Amino acid sequence: MLKNRIIPCLDVKNGRVVKGINFVDLKDAGDPVEQAKIYSDGGADEICFLDITASNENRDTIYEVVEKTSKKCFVPLTVGGGVRSIDDINKLLNCGADKVSINTAAVQNSKVVEDSSKKFGSQCIVVAIDAKKKDDGWEIFTHGGRNPTSINALEFASKMEKCGAGELLVTSMDKDGTQSGYDIELMHKISSMVNIPVIASGGVGTLDHLVDGIKSGASAVLAASIFHYGTYSVNEAKQYLASKDIPVRI
Amino acid sequence: MNVTIVDYNSGNISSVINSFKEVAKDKVNIEVTSNLNKIKSSDKVVLPGQGSFKSCIDGLNSINGLIDTLSEFALNNKKPLLGICVGLQMFADIGYEEVETKGLGWISGKVSKIDNQNGKYKLPHIGWNQINIAKDSKIFKDIENNSHMYFVHSYEFIPNDNSVTAATTDYASNMVCAVEKENIFGTQFHPEKSDKIGLKIINNFINL
Repeated sequence: MLKNRIIPCLDVKNGRVVKGINFVDLKDAGDPVEQAKIYSDGGADEICFLDITASNENRDTIYEVVEKTSKKCFVPLTVGGGVRSIDDINKLLNCGADKVSINTAAVQNSKVVEDSSKKFGSQCIVVAIDAKKKDDGWEIFTHGGRNPTSINALEFASKMEKCGAGELLVTSMDKDGTQSGYDIELMHKISSMVNIPVIASGGVGTLDHLVDGIKSGASAVLAASIFHYGTYSVNEAKQYLASKDIPVRI
Repeated sequence: MNVTIVDYNSGNISSVINSFKEVAKDKVNIEVTSNLNKIKSSDKVVLPGQGSFKSCIDGLNSINGLIDTLSEFALNNKKPLLGICVGLQMFADIGYEEVETKGLGWISGKVSKIDNQNGKYKLPHIGWNQINIAKDSKIFKDIENNSHMYFVHSYEFIPNDNSVTAATTDYASNMVCAVEKENIFGTQFHPEKSDKIGLKIINNFINL
């Protein structure tokens, strides 16, 4: 039976982890490689890096991070943030990323998704959707949630599936950072509409939120803070899900 | 010992390279190449494969003499060869992804889209699933039945003769996920991404 995935996400800026796990035995709390290794040793089903490096001259730092991580972690590694072109995707994959998540570029030019899924295979193309609730549905935003687009999230999700995306990483901007749980309605609507797996993101504060995320229809749940700050370990999260009869890999 | 990972523009092979190097350490030489002489002289060959069946077959065909060299290695010289993901699928006679495409024909069978039962199951089949070991394959030495492996695919290999099936997995239906035919091995899942248990399979192959 296919198991539901738990994916810890690390925010990386200029090659360093922004919010890190506060473990005493960590030699370097800002080292993304070491943190990713802790997650994979702890049973993470995948690891996600979100590169939030703002300046162009430091963009290359992520490649080095990915290269080092992929030599130590033998679970799938997804990298997102600032991915604009086929060339960017190619570079990340060559460094050892297994999947690449595309956000702004997918909205600006859906051909990037079409071309890259043809070239590299759908299995490595994840489209990241940042959505905010409006009166009549959800609107997607680009550039790390800064720019509104007036594009409907459900329509966009469906379009990305047709373009060849292998998975959708759906983040509720209303919920992100609030620790009040995923936007269950959004996750449910998108995952019941598309035939590709949905990764729920944004808002996790408790282990019950992970349970709710899976029950909404998502195939995987992504979380950052609860793991970053050591509130829960990945293993604790999995044990909890298992105790609620949600199939996970233990 | 030399283990060659065939580099034929089959998509992303970094993870395969990293995992084999991790397992091999300094004991075994891991070569990544499409050089025919190097392939001929190696002890074992790994055939990775990502993307579509057609794009991988096209990739093999784009290198003059590569298919003949691989066939000679696996069929005539009977040296160990491991196909991963589309690398396994290409053993079939025919594949139906994008367009009908002729496969290597090493293990009789076809590659078809997973029947998702009218949308009841999502595709691709992505994530960790358990394998049911069907026969005592050498690559499953010390691997427990029902171990979790990492999968990502939308097409499945359907062999004509079930005796080649080394393991199956349950998703939408009971699918073949590993094969063994004499010296030819294949996994639909990704041992290179299946954590310690996956590395153990790679170790088993290297130590054949």
